[in-house]
Amino acid sequence: MSLAAIELALSRGNKEVVQGFSAALEKGELTAICGPNGVGKSTLLMALAGLIEPTAGMVLLDEKRLEKYTDQERAQTIGYLPQGADVAWDVSVENLVRLGRLPHRDRGDAAVEAAIAALDLEDLRIRPASQLSGGEKARALLARVLAGEPDWILADEPLAALDLAHQLSLLKHLRGAADAGAGVVIVLHDLTMAMNYADRVAVLSDDGDVGFAGSTLAADGPPQEALSEATVSSVWGVKARWIGGNGAKALVTK
Amino acid sequence: MNRASVIFAALLLIALPLSLLAGRVWIDPFNLADSGPNAALILMELRLPRALLAIVIGGGLGAAGASMQGYLRNPLADPGLFGIAPMAALGAVASFWFGLSGGWALPIAALIGAALGMGMLAMIAGRTGGIALFTLAGLMIASLAGALTALAITLSPNAFAMSEIVMWLNGALTDRSWSEVWLAAPLVALGTAILMLAARSLDALTLGEDAARSMGIRSSTLLWLLILGVGLTVGVSVAVAGIIGFVGLIVPHLVRPLTDRLPSSLIVPSALAGALLVLIADCVVRILPLVTELRLGIALSLIGAPFFLWLLLKLRRSSSGALA
Repeated sequence: MSLAAIELALSRGNKEVVQGFSAALEKGELTAICGPNGVGKSTLLMALAGLIEPTAGMVLLDEKRLEKYTDQERAQTIGYLPQGADVAWDVSVENLVRLGRLPHRDRGDAAVEAAIAALDLEDLRIRPASQLSGGEKARALLARVLAGEPDWILADEPLAALDLAHQLSLLKHLRGAADAGAGVVIVLHDLTMAMNYADRVAVLSDDGDVGFAGSTLAADGPPQEALSEATVSSVWGVKARWIGGNGAKALVTK
Repeated sequence: MNRASVIFAALLLIALPLSLLAGRVWIDPFNLADSGPNAALILMELRLPRALLAIVIGGGLGAAGASMQGYLRNPLADPGLFGIAPMAALGAVASFWFGLSGGWALPIAALIGAALGMGMLAMIAGRTGGIALFTLAGLMIASLAGALTALAITLSPNAFAMSEIVMWLNGALTDRSWSEVWLAAPLVALGTAILMLAARSLDALTLGEDAARSMGIRSSTLLWLLILGVGLTVGVSVAVAGIIGFVGLIVPHLVRPLTDRLPSSLIVPSALAGALLVLIADCVVRILPLVTELRLGIALSLIGAPFFLWLLLKLRRSSSGALA
């Protein structure tokens, strides 16, 4: 079971955003996509979710082109959590989570209950969305994705606008989903979190060629390698040092 | 059937027979013969088709309003924003202008106008399925149709045509017959059924366009369902009753707090509540002791606008997030 990008080129409007991106992602892994602002991380994630047509190259889901799947098959296999906590109507947490069953067109009570339990939402079940804190809403929105029981969870900056405790808790839930067998891919700005929680980091960078034609994959691999001090320096232009041991590293800038 | 649907269906079942009794001539249900020589005729040929038409139109407008608000993810959206009602009105005005307003000519001209509006919307926004483009296209079509209608009024061939146009634009159910019921009922039912098909997709839109697409919703399919569904319900209601504003805006708004607030839970109770509102409003204009009957469209706005304002202020005070 894999989700693979092969020589992917993506554009938004007339602007090339990403080019020549290749990576084969595995289930059971937590992969972080990192890179400076504007390099096309979100665009890449949407392409992996099948929401954007690549201008060249392809995305393969279990060795079959993603476009060949029906919308429903794709939706049942790949769960996508967009950036920001946008809920148009004041629905209850339970109904919000149940929306995740739309790709299956059933009530899926067991899956909904499991998702509610997994994200500790039992007490908030009947709370309307407008009365949730940022962290609670983020958990409810992730539970929506889990309720669809997808093989892949693609989340665009799920930690944005959360305080440290909620960031850690949400990341642990995502880590848990990966340990339970799902392939988890998240766009992440916090390099320390990526270093300590991801199995794999893909670094996108628009640095390099004269005549910019889209960001490329600058580094890909286990976080210790992909987020080396040399990479942080060349991609983000920040001189920084990693301190601490494996699993508890911190990035010190000076 | 959710709780709100049951409530409004029950109220509608009570209101329908009562509405038949009300009007210039009050009919005593227990003594039909004493109510005047024409009581049976008034009931069967005037009041019943008029009441059914009120239900059909109100139902269609309520369903269209609920769907539009779900689609635009905005509780202040109105089916009129779509440009279809103004286009249908333009079609009707054109038939007056050319002196062809008798018999079937007027409703058919209005339906052609509505179809043209739907076609324009589909051509502009149908391929991409984007909500922003769709809204802008609707607004442009609405203002274009409004301008052409105003032009037709100022250039009308004679004063009689002008007054006819202005009267008609204000919407009414006066002197409607069974033929209008047979025209409107199946088309509005079809439109509402199409909107029901879109209901689950509208639910998905609660989480935004990208999330909805990731859940397998195809934007272009949803857009087509909406254009057809709203086009049929709104286009037909304009064709048989003129412009009746406010129902599509206010009814879903009132009904939403009685539901779980998902768009799919709102379409049916909104249709029932819309039917109830238009039925009652039409009774009120029949009963009011004025020299000429108050136009239904004017009456609904006269009652609706202050009521809506009051409601907004009340909701504002009770909780800040109540608008949604």
